[in-house]
Amino acid sequence: MSNEPLRLPTSIDETQALLRAAHYVADRSLATVLFLALRLGRPLFLEGEAGVGKTEIAKVLASTLGRRLIRLQCYEGLDVATAVYEWNYTAQMMAIRLSEAAGEHDKERIEHDVFSERYLIKRPLLQAMEPNVAGAPVLLIDEIDRADEAFEAFLLEVLSDFQVTIPELGVIKAPETPIVVITSNRTREIHDALKRRCLYHWVGYPDAAREMAIVRAKAPHAPEGLTRELVAFVQRLRKLDLFKSPGVAETLDWASALTELDAFALDPTQVSDTLGVLLKYQDDIAKIEGATAQTLIDETRAEIRRAELGSSL
Amino acid sequence: MTDLSTPAPTGGGALAQNIVHFARALREAGVPLGPGAVLDALAAVEAAGFGDRRDFYTTLHAVFVKKHEHSLLFDQAFEIFWRRRGLLEKLIAMMSPQAPGERKPRSAEAGATRVADALFKSKPVEEKPAPSIDLDARFTVSDQEILRAKDFAQMTAAEIEAARKLIRAMVMPDDRRRLRRLAPSAGRARIDPRRSFRRSLQPGGPIALAFRAPLERAPPVVALCDISGSMSEYTRLFLHFLHALGETRRVSTFLFGTRLTNVTRAMRARDPDAALAQCSKLALDWSGGTRIGDALTRFNRDWARRVLGQGAIVILFTDGLEREGVGELGRAVERLKRSSRRVIWVNPLLRFDGFSARAQGVRAILPHVDAFRPIHNLASMADLCVTLAGGREAGKAPQAWLDASA
Repeated sequence: MSNEPLRLPTSIDETQALLRAAHYVADRSLATVLFLALRLGRPLFLEGEAGVGKTEIAKVLASTLGRRLIRLQCYEGLDVATAVYEWNYTAQMMAIRLSEAAGEHDKERIEHDVFSERYLIKRPLLQAMEPNVAGAPVLLIDEIDRADEAFEAFLLEVLSDFQVTIPELGVIKAPETPIVVITSNRTREIHDALKRRCLYHWVGYPDAAREMAIVRAKAPHAPEGLTRELVAFVQRLRKLDLFKSPGVAETLDWASALTELDAFALDPTQVSDTLGVLLKYQDDIAKIEGATAQTLIDETRAEIRRAELGSSL
Repeated sequence: MTDLSTPAPTGGGALAQNIVHFARALREAGVPLGPGAVLDALAAVEAAGFGDRRDFYTTLHAVFVKKHEHSLLFDQAFEIFWRRRGLLEKLIAMMSPQAPGERKPRSAEAGATRVADALFKSKPVEEKPAPSIDLDARFTVSDQEILRAKDFAQMTAAEIEAARKLIRAMVMPDDRRRLRRLAPSAGRARIDPRRSFRRSLQPGGPIALAFRAPLERAPPVVALCDISGSMSEYTRLFLHFLHALGETRRVSTFLFGTRLTNVTRAMRARDPDAALAQCSKLALDWSGGTRIGDALTRFNRDWARRVLGQGAIVILFTDGLEREGVGELGRAVERLKRSSRRVIWVNPLLRFDGFSARAQGVRAILPHVDAFRPIHNLASMADLCVTLAGGREAGKAPQAWLDASA
């Protein structure tokens, strides 16, 4: 068969290579956890600050493994009707009226027709349980901390059995366990019972070398000198006492913003003007603007010079 | 899911046993682990294969750690356990041709003592029986009236015991916040199509419409409690109040003196005395000095985004006597106000009739709070319940306090 599902990686090294091929620069620990999740068929629970690439992992996984990506964005009040399935009521009403007009009065028959898969609207969780020639899909449950506790409890049931019951149709069970990735920004604590079913990984900010690799992979048009300076600058910024440190997504945005402005090196006024790309709180911006930005740039340059001297010796 | 009925063939007895020991040590160091976690760990180690130390570390980490805070404890336990046993290197050498990875020596870090205690526990600390207080339980109605008005600081041990009983019996506020989740309801506001449709298929009569309405729940409370020396008589009883409040809603509790401690987990113990004992153990700066502005800034940065969701109400329990950095205090309370639904400041100093908002710290906090209440006796605690429920009660608005002593 030509569309045989792509095989899963068989070692940690292979997992890392797979991610690298899709321009996702992962550290060894993330590759290990990911490999385990695939191998053991357990959901992967990723927690971390906003903009460190949690959602991206699911996307990369789906594209490299050739699986379908099904995304469920969580919000407060998310219920079964929007997460699992809903009946198409208008179409059902119409079908009943039409069959009545056609002289059909057999109640059983109407009921059977109306509650058939034709009138079923499948939402993400149900879609994830459908058989798929390309292999089990990647189910991304994004920002679970935004959903309320009631939904969490429901999810617990789904994640342990991968089956749902539709009263009118019966039990629908996934033929193959989907690859589940759950992300959380930690705006509230997720219950231990849910976490217990998952493999947990904290996605932190990358170190300078890895962030360089990420910027090179994702913003290849940025000049090398600029990339080096801006990564060192952001790394310094994260050490400061800020309300919200910039994530990797912000670094990448900043890299493209500066590239668009034809910058080849960091310039204090330009940095102050574009700070809104990196920092999203007025207090933080006020703290860095002006003199602090200048000092940070000077320190960054000194650090890079030291590193160059060190490597040339 | 994984089939765990067969033992790991590669691991052998030694590995399994050591993982069991390791899990036990982790549990004693404070990482909550169920027995299932050990089986999961064995399956995971088997699946990952024996690589180097780092992979082994991440594998166990993925299974045993379910919270970012526990990473540090795990880290310490891993270092100590597998070093002391000297086993990991042996196991790796035994099971794979690879050379073991280099391990860097580490200096002692926070958490090390707790882990070391759990691992090398020589003898259990003797628990002293708490001195029992003989209590006259026959309080009459008028006794209760007197007790209600009595300042906590002037109570005897027996009276405090009685006050604690009364706190438990107190009627807690029943304020509600509307959720976005809908549930079946008798109200006729929104039609529930799914239930209506299913109902209409039952024999007889016209279509019986079913309705639904938003659910309501008590909003969570976040309490920030000052535990400096000047407040200590009041703090303990206030914590009892919070414990009682926590039975009907989500309550996150933080203690601050010179540092900020999250005691929410400890407060979940069913027995209030056990909960408070646990809190005392966690907060090391009990009855010391205080830096309110610093503590609130830290709360805003590290915790606000994690606990102030879902329309939380903040109860700030402090005397507001800040000696330095009043500017920082004002900014911190202002931010707190902006990220929560309401900020209620409770202050035991309000018990004095002649209290006026003259202290700099008090003047910095007042403009940003929604209510300013005393908390020195049982009657004022009952008033706080009314305030929480959103009702009107006796007491001046924060702005009036500012104007009165301008």
